[in-house]
Amino acid sequence: MDILNIRNVVKSYESKVAVDDVSLNIPQGIIFGMLGPNGAGKTSLIRIITTITRPDSGKILFDNDPLIEKHTEQMGYMPEERGLYKKMKVGEQLLYLARLKGLSKQEAESTIAHWFDKFDIKDWYNKKVMDLSKGMQQKVQFIATVMHRPKLIILDEPFSGLDPINAKLIENEIIRMRDEGTSIIFSTHRMEQVEEICDKIVLINQGKNVLEGDVNEIKNTYKENLYNIRYEGNINVHFEQFGEITHKNDNSITIKCDSSQKANDLLKWMIQNGALINSFKEILPTINDIFIRKVEGNI
Amino acid sequence: MDKLWLIIQREFLTRVKSKSFLLSTFLTPLAFLVFFVIAGFIMSYKEGEDKKVVVSDPANLLDKVIKDESNIYYTFSDESIDNLKKQVEQGNYSGILEIPKPDSAAIRQLKVYYYSENQLGLDDQAALENQLEDRIGEYKLKAQGLDKSILENLKTNISIDPEPINASQKNESSSAAAIGAALGTIMGIIMYMSVFIYGSMVMRSVMEEKMSRIVEVMISTVKPFQLMMGKIIGVGAVGLTQFILWMILIPLISMFVTMVFGFDPQQMQSQAMTGAQSVDPDDLQMMVSKIFIEVNNMNWWLIIPSFIFYFLCGYILYSSLFAAVGSAVGDDLGESQSLTLPITIPVLLAFYIMFAAVRAPQSSMAVFGSIFPLFSPIVMPSRIVFDVPAWEIAVSMLLLLVTTIFMVWLAGRIYRVGILMYGKKASFKELRKWMFYKD
Repeated sequence: MDILNIRNVVKSYESKVAVDDVSLNIPQGIIFGMLGPNGAGKTSLIRIITTITRPDSGKILFDNDPLIEKHTEQMGYMPEERGLYKKMKVGEQLLYLARLKGLSKQEAESTIAHWFDKFDIKDWYNKKVMDLSKGMQQKVQFIATVMHRPKLIILDEPFSGLDPINAKLIENEIIRMRDEGTSIIFSTHRMEQVEEICDKIVLINQGKNVLEGDVNEIKNTYKENLYNIRYEGNINVHFEQFGEITHKNDNSITIKCDSSQKANDLLKWMIQNGALINSFKEILPTINDIFIRKVEGNI
Repeated sequence: MDKLWLIIQREFLTRVKSKSFLLSTFLTPLAFLVFFVIAGFIMSYKEGEDKKVVVSDPANLLDKVIKDESNIYYTFSDESIDNLKKQVEQGNYSGILEIPKPDSAAIRQLKVYYYSENQLGLDDQAALENQLEDRIGEYKLKAQGLDKSILENLKTNISIDPEPINASQKNESSSAAAIGAALGTIMGIIMYMSVFIYGSMVMRSVMEEKMSRIVEVMISTVKPFQLMMGKIIGVGAVGLTQFILWMILIPLISMFVTMVFGFDPQQMQSQAMTGAQSVDPDDLQMMVSKIFIEVNNMNWWLIIPSFIFYFLCGYILYSSLFAAVGSAVGDDLGESQSLTLPITIPVLLAFYIMFAAVRAPQSSMAVFGSIFPLFSPIVMPSRIVFDVPAWEIAVSMLLLLVTTIFMVWLAGRIYRVGILMYGKKASFKELRKWMFYKD
């Protein structure tokens, strides 16, 4: 089941088309990576999903119903530019934001207590936001985003500015919520984070949906039969007949084979010629590589 | 609606609970009080030391009678000036007042000399001059063989009482106009101050929200228009609360001060205003009772509701414009100043028209000012104490209401685009474009 169905959405501003005929399906219970360079149109698309702006054309279904403002109560959005009311106390602020999301006072208070307990920050309740460090504010902001148990969480660059310990804490929470059935849109321009935690991704460039799918499938689709072999022993050089050598030194070779069968043959040939194989590894392209190739039009 | 209520609550509570609100609410009346006490003290300041002044009046112009001033005591002496000077040097007197013999009873100028090491203060000098002028006038009367009572009978007190031509019109007394003017000016000033103080509070708060970037989280939950209106209403409620507290606190504090320090700041104030001249208590009492009658005669059933109407509309109209400006500028205060100028100008103009309208409530400028919707919130309340035709009030209210709704809508259009616009220089051209942006 899809939590979000985006069909042919277009949004243009005065001089440029920010979202250009994008269609996407975001299933329930996955972490969905939305990737693209700065200015690709990710934030414009997010603003359409959160009903901050309306698309010029196209359709969006939330939980199979046409998207309306009321649905924002079931969303949690953490913008890239973080912000809280600086002069408000942490507890009051969370209570206010939770109630705006439709929680009753009792519900809000108990869920805030739960999160304070979980993050071990009980003594922050009466602190003013401006007295917290930036990383601490991020934690508060994260709680504000997820405390009303939304069905869809949208995180724009959630790890920027977090120290590794807090980043891990947030990451674990994201994964836990995914496992409980929440869908998470994870927007970033830092591709390496995506491979670690995303189930599905979409690549957006210049407002267009460039590539979409399962992370592993995409990697398999765009793999180049690139292998790295580490070995011992002196063998006659006949590597060229198996493929194009991209890198070679005394006892390691990286080779782009014509097919995976060729790689098998190469391995067989090496063993037959007395080489001692230390490791044989397929090198899959990183999402970053795929993205760059895609954008440069090399695929 | 629920969300709007939550926003209003937050805007109201965070402000009312803040230290700066408490300080400004409680310190402002105190500051006023301290100001009046100090002003009163300065005005009524007299040299503490008593002075003994000896009067040399060889022509006996004063008939050996002169009233003592507050701390100056006069005695008459027939001794020569030189002798008296010696006595001053010995410290018997602090000064000598010499009244030379005039050449004739018809003189227009008389120089009186005061010999002393310390000259008289300005107030004392003025009071003495007044007294001497009166006394020498009496002397002249006597010299002419006239009775003082004849002269007093010549004086006639004239006051003009306005009467309507048409018997159906209300007959007003002359003091009604004066009281109306005072009341109108006060209402106009309250309007003017609240537009500026609370309007710019709305603007600053919008700027803060935009700069702290909370606004993006907020408008993914509520409509920008709700956020703007919540702010305007919340801050307005803060203003009203502060105003009501002042109405209660100012009399309370002045009562407290009267009891504790044993003087009346209001009396101090009236003293300060009237200066050294004393007011006859009977006159004062009459004036006060006259004012009470006039105040009772006023049509409060019209004045109070319409003041509230103009106050609300005026505040909402201008503060929504301030909100629009706040959304358009970032943290650049200079930029906000140049954009608030077009809002400030009509408010200032209205303020000046108000003063003119109070002096001439039926002039065409006053009528125009009380109908034109950018001026009417300030001008009409000041005019409404003087019988304004019903149709003028109706047209003015209707126009103001329509304009307010339109301006709020317009401000909402600018606000919704402005709060998400970073790093773009806000100009009027840009703002105009934003009005027509699609969602």
